[in-house]
Amino acid sequence: MNPKFDIQGLSVYFNRVPYLLSVHLAVSANRILSIIGPSGSGKTTFLRALNRMNELEPGSHVEGAVLLDGQDIYHPRYDVVGLRKKVGMVFALPVALPMSIYDNVIYGPRLSGNQRHRQNELVEISLREAFLWDEVKARLKTSALRLSGGQQQRLCLARTLALEPEVILLDEPCSGLDPISTAKIEEALTQLKERYTIILVTNNTKQAARISDEAAFFLMGELVEAGPTEKIFTMPSDQRTNEYITGRFG
Amino acid sequence: MRIPPRLTQAGAFIILGSATLLTLAVLAFIIGFVLQKGLPVLSLRFLFTNPQDMGRSGGIFPMLVGSVLLPLLAVTLATPLGVGTSVFLSEYTRESRVTRLIRFGTDCLAGIPSIIFGLFGFIFFVTTLRLGWSILSGGLTLAFMILPTIIRTSEEAIRAVPKSFREVSFSLGATRWQTVRKVVLPNALPGIVTGVMLGVARSIEETAVVIFTAGSSLRLPTSLLDSTRTMAVHFYILAREGISTENAYGTAATLVILVLTVNLLAYWLMHRVMAKRS
Repeated sequence: MNPKFDIQGLSVYFNRVPYLLSVHLAVSANRILSIIGPSGSGKTTFLRALNRMNELEPGSHVEGAVLLDGQDIYHPRYDVVGLRKKVGMVFALPVALPMSIYDNVIYGPRLSGNQRHRQNELVEISLREAFLWDEVKARLKTSALRLSGGQQQRLCLARTLALEPEVILLDEPCSGLDPISTAKIEEALTQLKERYTIILVTNNTKQAARISDEAAFFLMGELVEAGPTEKIFTMPSDQRTNEYITGRFG
Repeated sequence: MRIPPRLTQAGAFIILGSATLLTLAVLAFIIGFVLQKGLPVLSLRFLFTNPQDMGRSGGIFPMLVGSVLLPLLAVTLATPLGVGTSVFLSEYTRESRVTRLIRFGTDCLAGIPSIIFGLFGFIFFVTTLRLGWSILSGGLTLAFMILPTIIRTSEEAIRAVPKSFREVSFSLGATRWQTVRKVVLPNALPGIVTGVMLGVARSIEETAVVIFTAGSSLRLPTSLLDSTRTMAVHFYILAREGISTENAYGTAATLVILVLTVNLLAYWLMHRVMAKRS
């Protein structure tokens, strides 16, 4: 089966400083791929290269190719707006936009002129998939800023799901959350992988071991190794991977 | 010798408190003085009749109209230009030597005395473009005068909108313009309104520019090309030429009340908009 993402020699520079060097990686569909590695290893840069968010920063420069379903997303004629709808993203810090819960969820679909009669349905489905519906169904029109941090992060997930994307990128989505909220997000992700390709950056190696099918270990801007999660966590082929997952550094 | 923190705390409280009190007292005194002198003159007849005998008797209706029309025209022209410029500077360009130069230029413009703008308006709009002393010339010149204020306050407000809001919007497939319209501008609105209100206040109270560009006709204007006299100018002429101190204070009181009302209305409207969002 063809990979969803085929990353070929991807390097990312900011002001000529390399943050990611010559990464080759194939990402299969309908799996959870976890990206692990210490801070500053290029995990987030890698993730943001997949929906071209890096270019919002001044001085960014990308080399190599990132094929999504066989098409290079860095081709000059590739439609970035369309890309970001296909490849949704959830950030490390939950950012609810200062509007109602309903308006937050429907923000993306509205941008492309989604028909009104489908909106209510889409909001409900997305919130259900993010395990948030029961907590907010009675107050969809109230401000999203009144939700707790854990709820806001699930709202962010719902907002991404409402795009009906093919891939979901998550950048340490549980870093500021309590164990119960974390469990809810993980449960959501495990169910969502049936229909989406999920790439999860996490600082929590236990989380990676718990929910991911495949894992990739990054160190200082390089991909050290990637493979089935079970193998990475039991018999890593690189000494550095072993040291990281057993907690000897990072 | 070390002063105990308890004393410095008490000292700070007293000094800062008196500064606040003094400021409020000065403000209250000025407003109180104008109102005390002016309120006895105020009546519906004063507000809605034409002046007679150069303003010695009669009302101030034409000036009331002029004081509403000129700032309205100025703000209508300057707001889209100013907000547009600040959006372009902060969202569509990267920080560079050029943007810094533009910002420096705007700051310089904001510091130019209004009479210079008046002179410019007289030479350019009144004489060169032959618009004459008119509401149009006055409104255009006032627009130029308040433009820097609107640009700078809007830009500050736009910059204060968290970067993460923009990132979220882009990540959901928004274009730059959609992000500006749906996330940046609504969140910068209070700051932008503040800038526009400063512009309104500055153009209502302006005299030098108005005398140079809109003239000081006592007649009720019937078109944008008519000359007009604002309340601020009327007050200046009445007081300066010794025509009528009473009516001068009556005009001043009306002006103060108008400015306060406009400000209160603007903030009330803004709070209603903001309350819906949070």
